[in-house]
Amino acid sequence: MVPFAGWEMPLNYPGGIISEVKAVRSRAGMFDVSHMARLRFSGPGAVSFLDTILSANIVDMKTGRSKYHVICDEDGGIIDDALVYRIADEECLLVINAGNADEVIGWIKPRLEAHGNVQMFNYTDQVGMIAVQGPEAAAILDKVSETPVSAIKPFRIAEVSVAGAHMRAARTGYTGEDGFEVMPPREALQKVWTAFRDAGVEPCGLGSRDVLRLEAGLMLHGTDITRDNNPYEAGLERFVHITSPGYVAHDALARLRAQGTHRTMVGFKMIGRGIPRHGQAISKSGEAVGIVTSGTHSPTLDANIGMGYVDRRFAAVSTRFEIDVRGRLIEAEVTPLPFYSSRNI
Amino acid sequence: MTPDDRKYSKEHEWALVDGNVATVGITQFATESLGDVVFVDLPEVGSAIEQFGKFGEIESVKAVSDLFSPVSGTITERNDSTIDDPETVNKSPYGDGWLLKIELSDASQLDDLMAAADYDKLTAEEA
Repeated sequence: MVPFAGWEMPLNYPGGIISEVKAVRSRAGMFDVSHMARLRFSGPGAVSFLDTILSANIVDMKTGRSKYHVICDEDGGIIDDALVYRIADEECLLVINAGNADEVIGWIKPRLEAHGNVQMFNYTDQVGMIAVQGPEAAAILDKVSETPVSAIKPFRIAEVSVAGAHMRAARTGYTGEDGFEVMPPREALQKVWTAFRDAGVEPCGLGSRDVLRLEAGLMLHGTDITRDNNPYEAGLERFVHITSPGYVAHDALARLRAQGTHRTMVGFKMIGRGIPRHGQAISKSGEAVGIVTSGTHSPTLDANIGMGYVDRRFAAVSTRFEIDVRGRLIEAEVTPLPFYSSRNI
Repeated sequence: MTPDDRKYSKEHEWALVDGNVATVGITQFATESLGDVVFVDLPEVGSAIEQFGKFGEIESVKAVSDLFSPVSGTITERNDSTIDDPETVNKSPYGDGWLLKIELSDASQLDDLMAAADYDKLTAEEA
C-alpha cells in the first residue's frame, strides 16, 4: 500500500504489475478508483455554466454521453484533465483527479457564484468507482449485472443494476482497452468488487494502471501535463473547443493557438538499453532539446517507452535523440502515439 | 528459506564462495521489494569492483536500485541471461538469477558479511 493524494492505495496485488497488465490486455482487470473526485452539477444553467469552465462543448452533447477534456485557467494552463458525463438535461457528472480535487473545487467555487441557480455537489464519499477494463470486461459485466451493460456504447453512461445494487455505468476508462467505470453506492462497493472478482476479473493497482495508460498514450496530470502546460503543446488540441459563450480560457487559448508552440509532446521508444523516467533530459548532439515526462518498461510491447516534450524540430516520427538515463546517454526514437491500441475498441 | 551456504550484505546482496571465487546475486527479500525486474545493467568481465561499491543497476517497473558488491575483486563471469531475461532474477534469486562471479582480492572481507540467520533478523526488522 502506498499513500496517494490522501488515500491508501495498492501499488500492486500479489500477482505483480506485469501480471496485472497482461490480465487487462488479454482478459479483464479492475481498479478501485474511488479516490477520484466525483462532482455533480445541477440546476438551471448547469450545462451552460460547465461550458464556461471546461474545454468540452457540453451544450451540444446529448444526455447519456461523455467527453474527455481539460480544465484550463484564464492563462490557458491545465489545472486538470477530466471526464464529463451529461446525465440529464441540466445535470452533469465531472470526474477529476484526486490530487487536484481541492485545487479544482477551489477554482470552480468563485466562478460558480455568478451562476446562482447552479449547484455543485461533491459526492465522492457517497459513491465509489470501479474501473473494469479488458477485452472480456463487457461479457463479464453482463454476467454479473441484472441489466445488459454491454449495450452501453463507448463514451456513454447509463443506469444499471449490478450485483443487486443500482448505479451508473459508463463505457470509459484509462487503459486503452474496452471497459467500464461503474459507480456503486459506497455501501455496495465491496459487494460489487467481490462479484467482479468471483467472475474472474483480476484486481489491479496503481502500478499497472500507470503502465497501461502510458502504453495507450494517455496523459497523467501532474506528470505529463501541469498548470505550466497548455493543451496545444500537450497534443490535446482535439479536446479543446474554445468558442462556447463566456469560456474563461478563450482569450488565452486563442492567443496560444495563434502563436503556435515551440515544444510538443511526443512518444518515443528506446533504441539503446535503458528505461526512461520522469524528469530525464532529452538532447540531440549535445544540445538540450526536451524533457521526459513519463517512461516505463512496456510488457505489452516488450520495449522501453516514454513520453516527453521536445523542441518541434525534433518531433517528427523516426527522429532520434538521446535520453540522459542517470548519466548515460541512451538513444531513443520518436514513435506515433498511442504506443498500443486495442483491436477491441 | 534463506540459504545458509552463503553470506549476506545489508544492501541485500549475497556471496557464495567456492575456492577463491564468489558468485554474487541479490536476495529474495530484495526481489520481492522491487517487484517485477525489467532491467539489469552489469559491468564487463575483467572489471575490478570494490566491496560495498556500486557495480550496476537493477530496475523494476516501479523503481531503480543500485547494486552494491558484497566483496572486492575482479569479475570473471557475468550472467548475461539476467540481462536478456531480467525476470530470471525474480524467479530464482539464489540460483539461475545470479549476477556475477568475482575473483576475490581479499577473502577476509567475508567476515564483514552476515550469516543467513542474521540477515533474516535484519529483513524481519525492515519488513
